[in-house]
Amino acid sequence: MSATARAQAAAGGGAVAREGFFLAEQLWPIKGQLALALIGLALGGLMGLMQALDRVGIVIYKSMLLQSYYQGLTIHGVLLAFLFTFGFGNAFVSLMAIRGFERPLASTFLVQGAFWTMLVGTVLAAYAILRNQATVLFTFYAPMRASSLFYLGAALLVVSTLLTMLNLVLTRRAWQREHPGERTPLLGFVSVVTYVMWALASLGVVVLVIFLLLPWQLGWIDTTDPQFNRILFWYTGHAIVYFWLMPAYISWYLLVPRQVGGRVFSDSLVRLVFILLLIFSVPTGLHHQYVDPGIPTVMKVVHLFTTFSVVYPSLFTAFTVMAALEDGGRARGGRGLLGWIWKLPWGDPSVAAQLLAMLVFILGGATGIVNASYNLNNVVHNTSFIPGHFHMTVGTAVALSFIGITYWLIPYLSGRELMGRRLALAQAWLWFVGILLFARGQIAAGLLGEPRRTSIGEAPYRDLISAGLDNWLTAIGGTLMVVSGALYFVVIVWTLLAGRRLSQPLEIPLAEMRFGARETAPLWDRLGFWFLIAVILVVIAYVPLFVLYLPLNSVSPPIKVY
Amino acid sequence: MRIETYERMFMILAALMLALGIVGIAIGALVAGVHVPSPAGRVDPRALSSTPPFDQPGLRDLGNSKYEAVIVARAWQFQPNEIEVPVGSTVTFTLASTDVIHGFVLAGTNANVMVIPGQIAQVTARFDQPGEYVWVCHEYCGFGHHQMYGKVVVR
Repeated sequence: MSATARAQAAAGGGAVAREGFFLAEQLWPIKGQLALALIGLALGGLMGLMQALDRVGIVIYKSMLLQSYYQGLTIHGVLLAFLFTFGFGNAFVSLMAIRGFERPLASTFLVQGAFWTMLVGTVLAAYAILRNQATVLFTFYAPMRASSLFYLGAALLVVSTLLTMLNLVLTRRAWQREHPGERTPLLGFVSVVTYVMWALASLGVVVLVIFLLLPWQLGWIDTTDPQFNRILFWYTGHAIVYFWLMPAYISWYLLVPRQVGGRVFSDSLVRLVFILLLIFSVPTGLHHQYVDPGIPTVMKVVHLFTTFSVVYPSLFTAFTVMAALEDGGRARGGRGLLGWIWKLPWGDPSVAAQLLAMLVFILGGATGIVNASYNLNNVVHNTSFIPGHFHMTVGTAVALSFIGITYWLIPYLSGRELMGRRLALAQAWLWFVGILLFARGQIAAGLLGEPRRTSIGEAPYRDLISAGLDNWLTAIGGTLMVVSGALYFVVIVWTLLAGRRLSQPLEIPLAEMRFGARETAPLWDRLGFWFLIAVILVVIAYVPLFVLYLPLNSVSPPIKVY
Repeated sequence: MRIETYERMFMILAALMLALGIVGIAIGALVAGVHVPSPAGRVDPRALSSTPPFDQPGLRDLGNSKYEAVIVARAWQFQPNEIEVPVGSTVTFTLASTDVIHGFVLAGTNANVMVIPGQIAQVTARFDQPGEYVWVCHEYCGFGHHQMYGKVVVR
């Protein structure tokens, strides 16, 4: 590669041939993890139908061969929140790192290991759940007892993400050795930051499962402290949403602009956003525990401030991504204040799905600020307002973006042309309409006091909370989303089985910068420095909490209640 | 580092917006007096039936239109699951769990708290209108979770 081409690539642009850095022995585990993710999406999504109809008293879990509504809900949560997101993240972000650094991953062993670990973890957890030995939902709060296989499976899913993290960090280091003194390519940088954030974030749940839950379930220790367990769970439990979201951000920031013919506003702002996400994602977990009785109020206030800080980079996203879209719309002949919106390539299902996902994310973010708002959370905590919120964030901003990404990624990986483009477009719009109805229903019912993760269809108090119309909206919207999901799999299977062979391989759509890496301060590249800042913030947010909370109150033996 | 004018404007506006949010929360807490539940002590869930006040669940009249409702949460019922108070009462709900994590939300009010084994949960609500107020368990607690609810009857 010539020096100019390399500089251009480092600045984020320029077409680069596929050959050389995509190795077959690294591509198959990437494809394998993507396949596991999509199996998770299919089965987990299917459960959504049972849940949606339950809102209006149509109880069908028995005809789906489930022991209870909650067994289905566990499948829904575990497959979608863990398998779908982890599998897609591992596959997509690994691929982005290869493209970003223009070199193979540092370790073939690690990427293959990530695949096998994920496969074994999925099989173990699925076995426990399907045998009704782990109907504990994806939060598995102690002192609820589940089969040890379930915890082992969940732990292996996390291990597969950590193997990927290690591989990405080693790949960056290898790139640095090969390019002394050069700026880290932006795509490679954001890929590594996503997983480095997760390395810090996953610590809570890793400690929880390995040191508290497994020994307790196996009977090596008799009792555990449920409040402390929850603190560790939510240490990871909020940051994990950024781990779900950041792969979508990578696409929104660096790929979608290219797909709409625009440029990214500036290298420095993108780096700043990802660095802020690295710093502020983790020390925020207590905002999920504002109404927990055992947590000192002063610590809840500290986490209120850190949580508002992590909103900041998402507000930047609204600006930066919108600016790149406007740049594309105007380049395509859009005029006037808003005329550029209609000039965007809405006919491209990959673009349409992701633009609609972004629109829904505005509402998802706004409702998230409600949840984060300390005393305002009293009105919505653990009501159906919460699933209303997160089906707009992870359930749409993330899931529909991932779906949109696969509309180019699967043709890219399989070498087959996308079939049923109009069906794919209909899929994206159907999801959009579905989520708006669903979220409207869940949010309104939640404000009236309807609880989340509850079989409302079987609840004796269903008519005492007058959310009848809202529950119908939830049921209709949720059903539309399941139908949309079914259309998606028709498109994907059709493409894989009958798609025409592409005459020449596709390229990953990587956008150019208006202001490139050369104009970014060198400090922005110092990943170790920013990681240290993140660790310091975690210490500030959690060590005083532990000091105020301890000693542990280990009073609960395992209890099976399903 | 280069920051464009539009970028800078947006960064300032976004920061202002978040600052306004914090001000709103502060007004809610300091002026309107809406607080989050704070720690009310620890308790052993295995010994709940012999630990006051949970050895005698029920409603206590504290005088001056103030009441305390001591409620035990277990899979899958509240004990008691119905209390009756006059209009204008202020009721403090004191809850504890004997087994797994439960929740308590009094539909349509700010009274919302987790009921975690080992922790005493406390929230307060004022009842100015006659009628029936439903409270439900809002944390998944097993097979019969959806059956777990109670009522405040205000006369």
